[in-house]
Amino acid sequence: MTMTKILVGKVTDIDMKGSRTVRMGDKEIGLFRLSDGEVLAVENKCPHKGGVLSEGMVCGSKVHCPLHDWRIDLHSGAVQAPDHGHVVTYEVEVDRSTGSIYLTLEGSL
Amino acid sequence: MSHIRKKLVLVGNGMAGVRAIEHLLKLSPEAYEITIFGSEPHPNYNRIMLSSVLAGGTSMEEIVINDLEWYHSHGIRLYMGHTITKIDTVQRKVFSDQGVVLPYDELILATGSNPFMLPLPGADKEGVIAFRDIKDCQMMQETSQTYRKAVVIGGGLLGLEAARGLLHLGMEVSVVHIHPYIMERQLDEPASIMLRKELEEQGMKFLLSKQSEAILGKKRVKSLLFADGEVAEADLIVMAVGIKPNVELAQKSGVEINRGIIVNDFMETNIPGIYAVGECAEHRGIAYGLVAPLYEQGAVLAKRLAQVATEGYSGSVTSTKLKVSGVDVFSAGQFIERPGTRALRYQDEIDGVYKKLVIKDDKLVGAVLFGDTGDGAQLFSMIKNGENIKGKEKELLLGLSSDALASPKGNRLEGMADDEIICGCNGVSKGAIAEAIQSGGCTSVGQIKACTKASASCGGCKPLVEGLLQLYAGDHVVTVKEGICGCTTLGRDEIVAEIKRMELKTVKEVMNVLEWNNEEGCPKCRPSLNYYLGMLWPEEYVDEKESRITNERYHANIQKDGTYSVVPRIYGGVTSPAELMKIAEVAAKFDVPLVKFTGGQRLDLLGVKKEDLPKMWEELDMPSGHAYGKTLRTVKTCVGSTFCRFGTQDAMGMGIKLEKAFERLNTPGKVKLAVSGCPRNCAEATIKDFGVVAIDGGWELHIGGNGGVHVRATDLLCVVKTDDEVMEWASAFLQYYRENAGWNERTAQWVERVGLDSIKAALEVREDRLALQERIQTALSLTTDPWKQIVNEPELRKNFEQLSEMKTVLEGEAI
Ligand SMILES: Cc1cc2nc3c(=O)[nH]c(=O)nc-3n(C[C@H](O)[C@H](O)[C@H](O)COP(=O)(O)OP(=O)(O)OC[C@H]3O[C@@H](n4cnc5c(N)ncnc54)[C@H](O)[C@@H]3O)c2cc1C
Ligand code: SF4
Ligand code: FES
Repeated sequence: MTMTKILVGKVTDIDMKGSRTVRMGDKEIGLFRLSDGEVLAVENKCPHKGGVLSEGMVCGSKVHCPLHDWRIDLHSGAVQAPDHGHVVTYEVEVDRSTGSIYLTLEGSL
Repeated sequence: MSHIRKKLVLVGNGMAGVRAIEHLLKLSPEAYEITIFGSEPHPNYNRIMLSSVLAGGTSMEEIVINDLEWYHSHGIRLYMGHTITKIDTVQRKVFSDQGVVLPYDELILATGSNPFMLPLPGADKEGVIAFRDIKDCQMMQETSQTYRKAVVIGGGLLGLEAARGLLHLGMEVSVVHIHPYIMERQLDEPASIMLRKELEEQGMKFLLSKQSEAILGKKRVKSLLFADGEVAEADLIVMAVGIKPNVELAQKSGVEINRGIIVNDFMETNIPGIYAVGECAEHRGIAYGLVAPLYEQGAVLAKRLAQVATEGYSGSVTSTKLKVSGVDVFSAGQFIERPGTRALRYQDEIDGVYKKLVIKDDKLVGAVLFGDTGDGAQLFSMIKNGENIKGKEKELLLGLSSDALASPKGNRLEGMADDEIICGCNGVSKGAIAEAIQSGGCTSVGQIKACTKASASCGGCKPLVEGLLQLYAGDHVVTVKEGICGCTTLGRDEIVAEIKRMELKTVKEVMNVLEWNNEEGCPKCRPSLNYYLGMLWPEEYVDEKESRITNERYHANIQKDGTYSVVPRIYGGVTSPAELMKIAEVAAKFDVPLVKFTGGQRLDLLGVKKEDLPKMWEELDMPSGHAYGKTLRTVKTCVGSTFCRFGTQDAMGMGIKLEKAFERLNTPGKVKLAVSGCPRNCAEATIKDFGVVAIDGGWELHIGGNGGVHVRATDLLCVVKTDDEVMEWASAFLQYYRENAGWNERTAQWVERVGLDSIKAALEVREDRLALQERIQTALSLTTDPWKQIVNEPELRKNFEQLSEMKTVLEGEAI
């Protein structure tokens, strides 16, 4: 399958425990920076009622949806018990020397 | 497991059948290889909640009980959209309409009911439907987009819930009922009449004592003709006149039926290896139409299949609750007086409350509640328990005092069987709740709700859940201490005391030292700690933006469509032509879709895109109105003595002064103020957190009011003479609130919790007031306008913009 790697910004563009978004075609992707420096990306839409995840609070490696507090693991995309569901996760690479964030997407743009 | 697992097939992927499977999986997860067939193209969903979907507030996705992942993770094969058309009871095989043939060792029939459709001429026309499944619900939603007039035939529970939903969808709704009283199977006459009046007020129309005769129209329904010759126009007819057990498959296959599929106490039919549960089953002559009994049946069947001892199912007493917002109706047991029973009634037409208890041999056998159904759950459990209530009858009628409940409630809950259903909406048994408390460590209703979903839907069972919490967690008082959230067992006061004692200075430090059990907390404790730290160490603490809720992070209110609203500060609600022109210019320039006056006398620019916020703030060049935060929101004023002929003081001047003094202040909950120029109180100061009302020669100071969901009028704090005194008391009161209330606690709740007297006592001595005033001034002196700050600092401003694709680095084949 074709994979596309895209430079979307620098680590410092995202606040610690904060998030930014990037639009790819008709999808919005939320990029989150955890307190340990890791950057993770998931589809920016809560599987419950479409809450905007990037506006939720990042606690550890989970984001809490701002609408009804569903908890979503940013590594796996899995909704945490007692709720069920899944969001799409995207592969992120951070170049440690330059701080550049690369997003890998399926398909060419 | 080494032995070959037996094959279990369930026909009917609905509430009763799947519930039995869930129970079975708990008792004996490995015993069977399970296959489920369901006609509907959906996983198992909560049929009850269809009413809530129609009435708004719940989405179709939300009512799914078992999502596909659940089937998958339990190794259950699911054939959605397959109807079983034939059972070979000798060869033990089932046949689906899509050609699947499957052998079984054990077979459960849980085919539910079919809605009963009146065999009227024209009943096959387009626009005539039932109210049973997702498809019906979608049909109603679609119809409401293009048509206006709906007629619901049937004034029972289901009909009324359908009618309420259609009203919500914007249709004109008439309910046709054959009896003179609606819900006559659940309510007696007085309650029925009160209910009808209430629903009429919500906009429902009733056509009572009407016999439907024919449905008229060409292809699509046009109207409904009654036996008396009258006609009601209709673009949609929903029949909700009853259900009949779906026994077709069983009957064809030689399973013994009557009204439903006949089962014994162990849910066994006359044919070995075939069981029936749910609405399709008839037990001791009764086919139930509510979930609680079906869940009880499911529990018995699960035990049977898991070969766990069970006494069997012995029938259920049922209770009903109408799920229509704004009306509380409850009924249970035998609520109509019969010979040998006595009744107690209470009717209050002022508050719209009606209660009736039916008593037989000193036991409660039935109850009807209207208007105030808070005691429903307890009364219901007394009915089921059959306990002696001699001497307590009146107390029960007039409201269960805690005294009357204290011990017996415990006993009643204790005596309840483990698989008895507490939460009917979500099918949560007493056992499941007990387990959540005892091994799951749940220590509050909220946690039980999160863990089991009990009380998460209609909330009717909350008193019972509370009772169970007391019962099972009551002894371990230490362990059940209620923390501010699931991350800690410490309460607000303990946390604040520890922060002070150990001089903790960051959120992280607090969590580490106080041994939080979730790394980095949750959206409840993070903002609280952020608040407490800022309140305790105003000069040193650096506010943690990432620990604030969305609105406070973006300094605007997020709206349901993801846009934001902008409310600039207009001190005291007093503006000028120049200011208005500027606002209008900015609104026009940014194409703001809606401009509205708020309840607090401000202008709200709604529908703003996030990335436009900083630009708008920059152009407005006005301070933030803080309409989004836990802070001083607005000071509402009347014109006062400046223009009003009744005014005794300068209300606008006082309001502006207060607003300028306290703007930007961080507070536990939002704070609203108002100043009225005389006791006519046009600024509605007596429902504000701090209200100032001018009197001749002075000011009355009021506290703890609220105009929201729970309206609370203020308490009078004191009367003062001068403007300076107003400022002094306002400062002292607000600071005392800041230092003592819990995060997210409004003054109204706080005043109720700690009592007016304790606040009066704390503010009584002038020195104390001045000390408080000094502290609040320190806090205030350190605040800055957030809009300006964001406009000027790129580091903050960036968060309002999207990242963009900078370059595509690599495009290629992977794997
Ligand atoms: C709008 C509405 C509101 C309600 N509100 C309440 C309430 O507030 N409280 C309450 O207690 N109860 C309420 N009920 C009743 C409650 O929903 C039912 O009692 C319960 O759903 C019955 O469960 P069941 O499993 O027996 O049947 P169902 O949930 O109907 O499940 C039966 C399933 O079997 C399928 N099926 C049938 N025949 C076959 C076949 N041959 N092959 C394959 N699949 C088949 C059906 O398509 C259906 O999906 C309400 C019902 C409705 C419609
Ligand atoms: S509260 Fe009194 S002073 Fe103010 S507008 Fe009303 S009547 Fe006039
Ligand atoms: S939309 Fe995310 S929790 Fe409801």
